Amino acid sequence: MEFDVPDELYYTESHEWIELTDDTARIGITDFAQDELGDIVFVELPAVDTDLDAGDEFAVVESIKAVSDIYAPVSGVVADVNEAAESEPELVNDAPFGDGWLIELELDGDLDTGSLLSADEYREQIE
Amino acid sequence: MSTRKPPLYEKHSQSGADFTDFGGWDMPVSFDSITTEHAAVRDSVGIFDVSHMGEVTVSGPDAAELMNRLTTNDVTALDPGDAQYACILNEDGIIIDDTVIYFRPDGEEYLFVPNAGNDEMMVDRWTDHATAHDLDATVLNRTDELGMFAVQGPDAVERVQAAAADPLDDISQFSARETTIDGADCLAARTGYTGEGGFELIFDADDSEAIWDAFDDVQPCGLGARDTLRLEAGLLLSGQDFHPEDEPRTPYEARLGFVVDDSKSFFVGQEALRDADDPDELLVGIELQERGIPRHGYSILHDGEQVGHVTSGTMSSTLEEPIALGYVDAEYADEGTSLGVEIRDRTAAATVVSHRFLQEHRA
Repeated sequence: MEFDVPDELYYTESHEWIELTDDTARIGITDFAQDELGDIVFVELPAVDTDLDAGDEFAVVESIKAVSDIYAPVSGVVADVNEAAESEPELVNDAPFGDGWLIELELDGDLDTGSLLSADEYREQIE
Repeated sequence: MSTRKPPLYEKHSQSGADFTDFGGWDMPVSFDSITTEHAAVRDSVGIFDVSHMGEVTVSGPDAAELMNRLTTNDVTALDPGDAQYACILNEDGIIIDDTVIYFRPDGEEYLFVPNAGNDEMMVDRWTDHATAHDLDATVLNRTDELGMFAVQGPDAVERVQAAAADPLDDISQFSARETTIDGADCLAARTGYTGEGGFELIFDADDSEAIWDAFDDVQPCGLGARDTLRLEAGLLLSGQDFHPEDEPRTPYEARLGFVVDDSKSFFVGQEALRDADDPDELLVGIELQERGIPRHGYSILHDGEQVGHVTSGTMSSTLEEPIALGYVDAEYADEGTSLGVEIRDRTAAATVVSHRFLQEHRA
């Protein structure tokens, strides 16, 4: 099965994606991750202004069959959360890179993207 | 343990099914999505390959006595073509397994269906008991020779009737009839484990493909949807809602007292059950009032104190509520009791409701 892996995004080994825009990062889970989880029925997101360090668990996504912790790929302060994903968890299945995004972080200073995967590196991981 | 595969494993794999290990069997967990398959069964019809279920036949002059000594219900109440739900207990009155017993329409043998992976244990149990008590009965493990599909949903009877060579739509619940589907002999029984009407079909494993293909316009469903459907109906899952070591429960604790026939002269576990009909803990239905999914093993609380635990939980797509089965101290088991379920680092408000969630929803 072919999974969508947009070229312009960065990725993590734990299947989060990161879209960098100036000093913010939008974060969600990948097409591969939503497919692995199956029908998503519950999304729990952090409060705005929560401080996150890279590697922190910041959200929980539950499908009918599994619970999955979601990890912050980078450090920052939660600037926005996608309340639509909480009220309509199926958005994460339907549009993981679009309406099913999870949070936006205000980044702490300059970001070193060296710890993140490129689209090509992520494609290799899920092959 | 070596993994067993249903006869149609390759066919299911080619159709894109995801698989999971269940009782030592590699079985389809979903073909499309659990939600889609669940909805098909509630709204119209779906077909499940349940060939992982055991099939054991018992025949001979003492077959009825042997069945009656090892199951809680009374098989002598069965006429040929009848089916019956029962528990199988150990000497302490603890449920080892639950099963459906079919008295073949020809009246020649009993066929009972242990849960996946329990077939060999049951055959040993039946054989050892027959030997120990000098009962003349032949016990055969037919699990690898027989296949089993469940066709379930409001349109299931009509759909099975369309495929079968004999009249079936006049069969009452928990009855069975021999018929053929696409030339293949099968036992068609008005049984199932989804909360919907429908049939379970039992046939020679070599005929699996012919019978499956006779329903090629019916939504194929995996064990994922089977689990969410049975939970909405308040039906227990062996190994999870009861298990002789991990979740040892009497039929009374598990609200299965209706399959215990006290009037029988003897069955294994009967003596232990005599003092167990007012248990300290009871199975309850739980409905959350907050967002969250109550899952197996989560604590059930009252005023912050643990009073039970969840054994099965899901987001019910029919009720659109998070629901669960669990065991609680009997004093908290009344419907309407306010409890909590510990979900990660918070307590979600919950209420005790009938564990027959679907039945209440439709009432």
